[in-house]
Amino acid sequence: MAKQVKQLDRVIIRFAGDSGDGMQLTGDRFTQESAAFGNDLMTLPNFPAEIRAPQGTLPGVSSFQVHFADHDILTAGDSPDVLVAMNPAALKANLPDMKPGTSLIVDSHDFTARNLTKAGYADNPLEDSSLADYALSVVDLTGMTVEAVKEFGLSRKDAARAKNMFALGLLSWMYGRPIETTLAFLEKRFAKAPDIRDANLTAFKAGWNFGETTETFAVQYEIKPAPMSAGTYRNITGNLALAYGLVAGGVQSGLPIFLGTYPITPASDILHELSKHKRFGITTFQAEDEIAGIGAALGASFAGSLGVTSTSGPGIALKSETIGLAVMTELPLLVIDVQRGGPSTGLPTKTEQADLLQAMFGRNGEAPVPIVAPQSPGDCFDAAVEAIRIAVTYRTPVMLLSDGYLANGSEPWRIPELDELPEIDPAFATGTNHESVDKEGNAKPDFWPYLRDEETLARPWAIPGTAGLEHRIGGLEKGDGHGNISYDPGNHDYMVRIRQAKVDRIADSLPPLEVDDPSGKAKVLVLGWGSTYGPIGAACRRVRKAGYDVAQVHLRHLNPFPKDLGEILKQYDAVMVPEMNLGQLSLLIRAKYLVDVVGYNHVRGLPLKAAELAESITDLISTTTGTLDHDVHQEEVAR
Amino acid sequence: MTTTELPFPGLSGVPTTEDKLTGKDFTSDQEVRWCPGCGDYAVLKAVQSFLPDLGLRRENIVFVSGIGCSSRFPYYLETYGMHSIHGRAPAIATGIATSREDLSVWVVTGDGDALSIGGNHLIHAMRRNVNLKILLFNNRIYGLTKGQYSPTSEPGKVTKSTPAGSVDHPFNPVSLALGAEGTFVARTVDSDRKHLTSVLSAAAAHRGTALVEIYQNCPIFNDGAFDAIKQPDTKADAIIPLVQGEPIRFGVPQEDGKGSKGIVRSASGGVEVVQTADVAESDLLVHDAHADDPSTAFALSRLTDAGVLHQSPIGIFRQVQRPTYDDQAREQIVTASAGQGDQRQALASLISGGDTWTVV
Repeated sequence: MAKQVKQLDRVIIRFAGDSGDGMQLTGDRFTQESAAFGNDLMTLPNFPAEIRAPQGTLPGVSSFQVHFADHDILTAGDSPDVLVAMNPAALKANLPDMKPGTSLIVDSHDFTARNLTKAGYADNPLEDSSLADYALSVVDLTGMTVEAVKEFGLSRKDAARAKNMFALGLLSWMYGRPIETTLAFLEKRFAKAPDIRDANLTAFKAGWNFGETTETFAVQYEIKPAPMSAGTYRNITGNLALAYGLVAGGVQSGLPIFLGTYPITPASDILHELSKHKRFGITTFQAEDEIAGIGAALGASFAGSLGVTSTSGPGIALKSETIGLAVMTELPLLVIDVQRGGPSTGLPTKTEQADLLQAMFGRNGEAPVPIVAPQSPGDCFDAAVEAIRIAVTYRTPVMLLSDGYLANGSEPWRIPELDELPEIDPAFATGTNHESVDKEGNAKPDFWPYLRDEETLARPWAIPGTAGLEHRIGGLEKGDGHGNISYDPGNHDYMVRIRQAKVDRIADSLPPLEVDDPSGKAKVLVLGWGSTYGPIGAACRRVRKAGYDVAQVHLRHLNPFPKDLGEILKQYDAVMVPEMNLGQLSLLIRAKYLVDVVGYNHVRGLPLKAAELAESITDLISTTTGTLDHDVHQEEVAR
Repeated sequence: MTTTELPFPGLSGVPTTEDKLTGKDFTSDQEVRWCPGCGDYAVLKAVQSFLPDLGLRRENIVFVSGIGCSSRFPYYLETYGMHSIHGRAPAIATGIATSREDLSVWVVTGDGDALSIGGNHLIHAMRRNVNLKILLFNNRIYGLTKGQYSPTSEPGKVTKSTPAGSVDHPFNPVSLALGAEGTFVARTVDSDRKHLTSVLSAAAAHRGTALVEIYQNCPIFNDGAFDAIKQPDTKADAIIPLVQGEPIRFGVPQEDGKGSKGIVRSASGGVEVVQTADVAESDLLVHDAHADDPSTAFALSRLTDAGVLHQSPIGIFRQVQRPTYDDQAREQIVTASAGQGDQRQALASLISGGDTWTVV
């Protein structure tokens, strides 16, 4: 039967099931297929902190959302067009995000009285009329999977586990995805277990054939490839891009990378990835705790490696004292904070941006630390290289603020050419830099570890093994130049200021900010940082599509701020700062520039929603300019 | 005393010098600022005069310390050094030692620094057997903060923070080190220059973590804590000397010149002190620091008084070989790098791995 093919410009699909159902894998495979097809895409994995929460319950639901389109998109989408629900709990947990008229594809197999009760359903929603507003497709995915793979003689449990591949096959057919990457993936993944491999391949193909041959699904959809600038692309998550950025920073600087770290969600993947790349001279040290992780990294930096430590918010709290030591000893050190919901243990697997002030101020004394933030998964690569450039050039700890959404989310990434990367020169000290006078009054060449470079204010980095440059550093206040212990009041005042001035000096090396204001007539500026780039960009597009003018600026550097930020802020009548916190960048902007910014703050553990943000931006434009030509809320606009 | 095997395996990989260095070459231009009479002076002098014997290049030696009186140590040595933060020296030193095979890395720490705030890093360094030499200055008191009890102070100790007497039970640093899988565990005394130097030599020779507890007198806040082992009239009964291959005997010498007391295995499986007159010479325990099983070393460590010190074994309790963390970590990198080409080429192929597509 020839099926109808319908053209769409974009689709958001959410795969949802029990945390043991393999939804992350299913979503990831669908993403790879879409990437290979050439769609632009963004993904949003969402899973519980428990490895295996009780089966069939709401807390155990794991989901993976993928947004793919024939044009450039910026977010994983606010609400799905299609929900694939593998059990009652998955349906119940995700239904609130589904708008009327969207599609539900539900595996009916687990809709037993027991599972319905577990999910909190009094009646079977597939049998009453509660889902009448949706395009509901009820399919026994599990039953058909078990039937399709019975020739392999697996236990019923093992056979049923291939149901995610059946679902993937069905959705792959429905959206015309190329299946080669998944077939190759399954061959490799289960190479050592032929019966499991064959069951998964068979289930995947059976799902595809089910869509193709039965009449359950009448329509197939086509989403054309998105035009992208020339280059070679791959799909990449933020943590992977960040790890590659560290490898690249090591190669570009010629410094061995030493990662001292302690496992923590959602940062552990950086450790896992780097531990595979020893051939680049990379050492990964899984320490006894967060403090030892950064301590060893700082020790390695003292010895001439590039020390790196990776963690999330609670780990930063533990590392604070050592970050202060790195400020005092003025050694290069990269501190990666993959932010998650807080405070305390908070929401380990959910995203948040609430560590900005911790990164900025979370130490005793005046302890300025440069802060760099990536804006998308692929951008984690460039942000890591930039953070290394600053750390090495200015001899300072640098905080790199990623977050859970960037870490696990993915997007197509144009693979950079190596000559696009900056050269980073460690410029180790090799000789004496000062002439001292000894007790007999004779001049003698000396090494002063705190004699600064005039341009960068960085101190020399003399590593052990360099004869004649033996010196001692530590956490006690240093005398200017010679670096010996000094309790002199004037010296302390000077050193506090010079450490701040050195960090401020970084701004000299930053490019001008990019102001996105297509009409040039905007009165309202939206200023963001980090992973909110996508939702803010998408919201601004909506606002512009509805006929309003709005400007967008996104900060990569949070400390120091770029030099032109103050001037830019003055050019607008109103500034909105959307953040996944209660207004931390807002606080910094107000304090530094005396601009009364308007906060837009959500701390739900999830990315901001572009549509809601667009409404708030439009409201601000209306109150700022006093006009409201038509209601953007009602506009059907592109996201 | 255990003889050290030369060349020192603990220092293989560290460049040596033909220059004849002296203690003066290892003395920095900084004024030493410990209290008059502090045991730290003696240890500093011993280290400064012992370091030239190692024949190493000065620039390839690193001293790392934490916080406390003893942690000022690196400032007074003309080597590379870092005076870090409280308790973290073993962690920082682990990064230095792991990333650089060509450095001789020493940690200077105290009973508060190593056993209280930094206890975790200390035990994990020993478990990993990182090639570090840890000098633990034990004065059984907090000196820098002016006289609070420490994790090695005796129960009942009256200090500024314990006016009614301490109710904390102390750590025995040697027992702790043995429990933490330490491969080299020794105890010595600040005032016995000869013994101190011999233990430092053995520690330097050891490949892996060497923990040396140094009984060190604080004349200001805990004066006389080790008098029993220092006073001529009591030391014979207080010091239980551990000498490799020798029966363990101590106490006031008898007519034959040998101590009146000795150590034998006890029925309970531990060890106990006996009068040598009551046992056969062959029943005395012969000290074997090289025994792979640390049980006997641990039993010996328990002869140390937890309260006011009247008796303590001195010497090397354990000295065994086990692969070190840093050697193995470096070996993995060497193996992974062998025969690999240009790093830039490798980086280009790494980042373009996986499923890719090209847009023209």
